[in-house]
Amino acid sequence: MAGVTEMLEGKQIAICAGSGGVGKTTTSAAIAAGLACRGQRVAVLTIDPAKRLADSLGLEELGNEPRKVDPKLLERAGTEIKGELWAMMLDAKATFDDLVKKHAPDEETRDRILQNQIYRQLSNALAGSQEYMAMEKLYEIHQEGRYDFLVLDTPPSRSALDFLDAPRRLTQFIEGRGMQMFMRPTGLATRVVGRGSSMALGVLKRVVGIDLLADLQEFFTAFSGMVGGFQERAKRVNELLADPATSFIVVCGPAGEPIDEAVYFHRQLVEAKLPVGGVIVNKVHYQSEVEPASVEELSALFDEDLAERVGSNFADYQALASRDARNIDRLARELDARRVIRVPYLDEDVHDLEGLLQINRYLFASAEEREALVTAT
Amino acid sequence: MPELLDKNLVFVTGKGGVGKSTIALAMGMAGAARGKRTIVCEISKQENASRLFRKGEIGFNEVGVAENLWAISIDPDESMREYLLLQLKVRAARDLLVRSRLFNYLAAATPGLRELVTIGKIWELAQPRRRVKKAREYDLVVVDAPATGHGIAFLQTPRTFAGIARVGPIHNQAKALDRYITDHQTTGVAIVSIPEEMPVNESASLERTLDEQVGVAVDRVYMNAMYPERFDQADARELQEALDGANGLARAPINAALSQYRRSLTQREQLERLKRQVSSPIKSLPFIFKPKLEVPEVERLAAAL
Repeated sequence: MAGVTEMLEGKQIAICAGSGGVGKTTTSAAIAAGLACRGQRVAVLTIDPAKRLADSLGLEELGNEPRKVDPKLLERAGTEIKGELWAMMLDAKATFDDLVKKHAPDEETRDRILQNQIYRQLSNALAGSQEYMAMEKLYEIHQEGRYDFLVLDTPPSRSALDFLDAPRRLTQFIEGRGMQMFMRPTGLATRVVGRGSSMALGVLKRVVGIDLLADLQEFFTAFSGMVGGFQERAKRVNELLADPATSFIVVCGPAGEPIDEAVYFHRQLVEAKLPVGGVIVNKVHYQSEVEPASVEELSALFDEDLAERVGSNFADYQALASRDARNIDRLARELDARRVIRVPYLDEDVHDLEGLLQINRYLFASAEEREALVTAT
Repeated sequence: MPELLDKNLVFVTGKGGVGKSTIALAMGMAGAARGKRTIVCEISKQENASRLFRKGEIGFNEVGVAENLWAISIDPDESMREYLLLQLKVRAARDLLVRSRLFNYLAAATPGLRELVTIGKIWELAQPRRRVKKAREYDLVVVDAPATGHGIAFLQTPRTFAGIARVGPIHNQAKALDRYITDHQTTGVAIVSIPEEMPVNESASLERTLDEQVGVAVDRVYMNAMYPERFDQADARELQEALDGANGLARAPINAALSQYRRSLTQREQLERLKRQVSSPIKSLPFIFKPKLEVPEVERLAAAL
């Protein structure tokens, strides 16, 4: 099994993807810190709302622009940093607002959009806008060219398509094809949907209320001049994702369901012809290679009660370890086994720089180093 | 305020990966065990209930999975269709709207409308007199709600929508939904956490947001997956001493015991942190040492709820 170093050889962007609660944010931060320690200037982009990275990096708050992590913090955590570590937390709404400001033809259109009720709801809550804004920000920072390497932590999703499809869904939404019906209840719409459509519109107005339709109409009218700009931008974002210098890393846990999801995720990435670096499995219970001591042998060391407890605890542990091993085998069969990195379930939670560095001993280890580490635990 | 399981509607939420879906199912089982006609709603098409009870795909149907227990997977498109049918009493108007597909366009163009009709369906299930003809009446509706960030937006949908559609039927319905889910007598929320640093932080801020911004009642926080306290400090000392002189065979079990001791200490610290940070009552649930959770294991959790 190779390490992250090999996975990211010759790359400039790592995108950590996967379902919720598998340690994506921690892994993203650990990879970024590891690369920074090894001499690169790295920025890690993470996702609102959990402020998780802020917790990890000891920063009070992360703005929508990368901020430099104090090298002293890393030194205090026990490592020397040769490069630079920068971190930011995505503010999806602010990113969307910036995008509108960039594309709006004039101030009046800009303000009309920013104040529109539909836009506010869209930029806050529409499924997919957070995903797209994460990519958009990645693209923007990549364009600026200030960093050697970018790590993107993504919003949790069960399906890779939730993420990959986001720009398309959003631009399609803004195009608002179906909306022409509402905008011109007579004329074109009558020709398109046939007679009776204005009657249907009348019914619809009764059901939903007139002002919602008015807001929608205003929104799509205001956006109509910006559709081209958004489409062009989305196209370039997609090109960046498919670039050979980008690497998708699927992060998962060792239990059955997260592994199923990782397999599914990986398949979708491959089908979409995107560059996949590999899979990182967090919190793995390692199976001990040696035949464990029996309760009798333990009884030689401890009184009966303690020996009994040590024995049953170990049996429980082994059950989880063999489950993890089976699941990871399944995962490894699905993809190239060399591309699976296992990070053990550590005794302590990983939520600070010391923790990140501890994970890095596994992530960045060569195959032999990792074996030695595992045997030691 | 009524006990959590005596409410009509309970949303189960929390950080991703903490076992929300399992707890929602366990809560359904707990309700059913008390003789309540209970339905568990999934909204992400994961089909956890059909997997656990070894049933075929459940989909947008109220399917019986055990005594007093039903499950449904709520699909927004189906909910939307049903809503329209219930909404428009005049058949001709209804047919006209469905045929013209205008409503589909509206749904596609209006952010949050799909979530709104999903909550509408949940509300409909919880009504003592169902809007759907000849439908079963439930005493308890348990919802496996979306994880933290999306969960907040989800529960806020009715209020947001009442703001967007300022007058008219949707406005009134959105307001009624908001009133229902923020009524502490009828509706409750359970937050699921696990004894780790970040889930504890997230649970605390989730509780605050749900309370202050959304206005729903957070009735309980479950600390899921707590290890048993198998070893105490004296045991740990003895284990450590034995480890130094132990042969290879005994090392693995002793290490596992020491690791369990340390983990369970960290977990207790996290439990203390949670107690300091949240104001709702906390209940601990045991970690289940099984490669896969089946009905008996979920029943065990149900009994502990």
